[in-house]
Amino acid sequence: MENDILLEVKNLCTYFSTEKGKLRAVDHISFSVKEKEIVGIVGESGCGKSVTAESIMRLLDEKNLVSYEGEILYKGNNLLSLKKNEMQEVRGKEIAMIFQDPMTSLNPVYTIGNQIVEGILTHQKISKKEAKQKAIDLLRFTEIPSPEKRFDQYPHELSGGMRQRVMIALALACNPKLLIADEPTTALDVTTQSQILDLLNKLKDELNMSTIMITHDLGVVAELCSRVIVMYLGQIIEIANVEDIFDSAQHPYTEGLLNSIPHIDGDRSKKLNVIQGTVPTLDKVPVGCNFAGRCQYATDKCREVEPELKEVMDNHFVKCWNYELIRKTNKEENEIATPY
Amino acid sequence: MQQVSINTKDLKKRMYAEQRSLWIKRFFYNKMLVFGSLLLILLGFLVLILPFFIKSDPLVMDTVNRFKAPSSEHWFGTDSYGRDVFSRVIYGGRVSIIIGLAVTLISGFFGLVIGVCSAYYRSLDHILMRFCDGLMAFPAILLAIAIMATMGPNSFNVVIALSIVFTPYVARVVRSSAIVIKEQTYIEALKSQGASAWRILALHIAPNTISPLIIQCTFIFADTILTEAALSFLGAGIPAPEPSWGNILYDGKLAIFNAWWMTAFPGVALLLTVLGLNLFGDGLRDLLDPHTNKAKK
Amino acid sequence: MINYVFKRILSVIPVLLIVAVVVFSITYLTPGDPARVILGADATETEVIELQEKMGLNDSPIEQFTRWFGNLLQGDLGDSYFMNKSVMAAFADHFMPTLSLALMAQLIAILIALPLGIFAAVRRGSVLDQTVMGISLIGISVPSFLLALILVLIFSVNLGLLPVAGYQPLTAGLDMHLRYLLMPAVALGAMQAALITRMTRSAMLEVFNNNYIKTAHSKGVKEKKVLFKHALRNAALPILTVIGQTFGVLITGAAVVETVFNIPGIGQLIINSVERRDFPVIQGVVLLISITYVLLNLIIDLLYGVLDPRIRLDKK
Repeated sequence: MENDILLEVKNLCTYFSTEKGKLRAVDHISFSVKEKEIVGIVGESGCGKSVTAESIMRLLDEKNLVSYEGEILYKGNNLLSLKKNEMQEVRGKEIAMIFQDPMTSLNPVYTIGNQIVEGILTHQKISKKEAKQKAIDLLRFTEIPSPEKRFDQYPHELSGGMRQRVMIALALACNPKLLIADEPTTALDVTTQSQILDLLNKLKDELNMSTIMITHDLGVVAELCSRVIVMYLGQIIEIANVEDIFDSAQHPYTEGLLNSIPHIDGDRSKKLNVIQGTVPTLDKVPVGCNFAGRCQYATDKCREVEPELKEVMDNHFVKCWNYELIRKTNKEENEIATPY
Repeated sequence: MQQVSINTKDLKKRMYAEQRSLWIKRFFYNKMLVFGSLLLILLGFLVLILPFFIKSDPLVMDTVNRFKAPSSEHWFGTDSYGRDVFSRVIYGGRVSIIIGLAVTLISGFFGLVIGVCSAYYRSLDHILMRFCDGLMAFPAILLAIAIMATMGPNSFNVVIALSIVFTPYVARVVRSSAIVIKEQTYIEALKSQGASAWRILALHIAPNTISPLIIQCTFIFADTILTEAALSFLGAGIPAPEPSWGNILYDGKLAIFNAWWMTAFPGVALLLTVLGLNLFGDGLRDLLDPHTNKAKK
Repeated sequence: MINYVFKRILSVIPVLLIVAVVVFSITYLTPGDPARVILGADATETEVIELQEKMGLNDSPIEQFTRWFGNLLQGDLGDSYFMNKSVMAAFADHFMPTLSLALMAQLIAILIALPLGIFAAVRRGSVLDQTVMGISLIGISVPSFLLALILVLIFSVNLGLLPVAGYQPLTAGLDMHLRYLLMPAVALGAMQAALITRMTRSAMLEVFNNNYIKTAHSKGVKEKKVLFKHALRNAALPILTVIGQTFGVLITGAAVVETVFNIPGIGQLIINSVERRDFPVIQGVVLLISITYVLLNLIIDLLYGVLDPRIRLDKK
């Protein structure tokens, strides 16, 4: 293993105890994040990507009835074996997080400044005045206009885009080594989305930080990430560099995701490919491959035996029995398509 | 592979059966509802059926046997006039529960009508709701005392006074859920088809407010029993010698040094009844309306 | 903020007006002739007619209401039929014990309920939570006068620790004051405590589900600080509402508990007045307590503005 690995997740399982029994929301996933790398986690809603992020931060501890298995190694230490107060030292200082919905992620009864300063003072022993200056600098860095004024405003006085900038400032408060962004642009309108993406791109260039970008938007992935993890029903089904995903996806589900993106320059009369069927619920996980029920290539083997995540090319892992077949069909399609 | 026969009739039947068993399961899963129902059934039996079988008269005095402690002859002992406390508690419960039921039905009915109407007619809404606000500005017991003071103490007046007190609380709840329903598209559709206002109100809006109405009525039932007991305890409710839990407790208070049983037994009966109703109401709310706030009353 | 305060204060006026109308109608509709009640059965017909004329009982209801309401605005609620004093004076004489009792009950309730509610919410589903919820359910099912009787039975009759009944004003010394008020206050505060516990728990649980709690945790803020700075401050509004709304109930509840302990408060005043059919007093007491109740809720609403910046700055 290379030693520039910042975070390594090994066989992580996250369980929720519910009325319907113990449900496995995250199912034996393993991946790593290198220093200064931006990794994307992609999947439909409910595939376990947010739960993965919250497991790394151990935010689910706060709700009862959640249990973990496996290891989450951060700089070689297993986060899952840390005590509560040790974990509090990690949160915000080492790993920070941005959430999906900026409208509700800030406490409505405190000013922006109060909330950022709180984050700074939690981990740094500096005076209140210095902390305030730092908070204003952070707001300026995230390109919020007139940061001194914003400092004393309440969240409801800011627009969604502004609040997401505040959230980013909050996350950067203690110079974390790893930033987890959980669908940071989903709840925003399109223009604001691209502004926030620009800001995240700026972070990539200016700060020494790794990022896990959780999204269902492959466009975001293409713009920011160097590697992509595709999740389906709590499992990782494909890991590859970003070019490889877009050029030669191996898993039928990834292929489906890619085909469901409309292309502005494509033939508009052609119908978009939509993945058939719906995601089974967690209490009805099928035997064999999880995706078999919706897969056009599925064979009896797929329905009976679960495939393993296998390295099929350099740094390209796939969890599928039929990847070779799929590769072949894709090639043929590409060859037919090239004449245009 | 298994062969699945597709027969819509079968499927429908199975669906209904599944739904039914789900409701039954949810009922029994809900411990509060089960406990509450059991308690209420038991108390209902004791209070409504038992009086036909017990011989001792709650009004017959026996000056020789005053302040007798509980024994096999007088299960709950006797009071300051030598009356049998057991039969007084049972008959008193009967009075309390009948008054509670009557008030619940009356205020439930008027609350439903007022609530639905003020949700539907905006002009009425202002007048009716201001009036309800005004009535709700009085603490319940105080308003009841004031009304009882003017009308004079008897059971019929207790029912009227408490119905006036509690109707606004029902109207409020009905109105807020009726407003939600009124805004829904299918009501618009009915209007555009030319359905009359009364038809829409009676057949479409009112039935949809049933579950909050029933939940609220359970709590009104409990509150009525508490308030009636307080009124009778203060001497502004059911007049002696007719027994009611409130006035038995009043007698108990006077004799608290001589006869603990005169306080303890009617007290426990009152407590269990209200507890049963609160359990039932809480459970019902969880079953019918799981999203509402639990402590709101 | 000024806008908000102004709007809230204005909205109270129609409610107070309706309260006044209802109170007036209750007495107006009373069967029986007040003049006859005052003069007693021995009075002659002419005496009664004379008094009727003097009291303006033959005027139209509108005239009577206007006169009554005019006096009311000047703080004049009329005179008691039986006591040689104005209703205002009678109310003032009896108000202190009731207020003292209600405040003490409220204090006990809050001190018990807030920590219990918070703990129950934090340890949701635990044995502690279930016990607290079970006890609070019993709590809202026991009327205060019943609990008062039970306490008397245990602490006075059996153990002889506390006085059975009676009242000592604050001027008799704080310890005496508290000694006599302790049992009534506990009896009165119990249901209040149960209500506040339930509200605190559910308000806290609702706040826990908010994303900003997740944000606070993700900043690495200590558990206690998340709980008290972020969660409790947001849960404060519904908790405050229930405290405010039930304080009015507490004052009437105090009136009921007073009769158990023979405390010379509003409760005794109103019970005696009901027995004697002293209508001006009944009318006055009901009116004054309801006004207190409405004003209390107004104060709570104004406190909202202080606690929640969203309301404070609402320009609507």
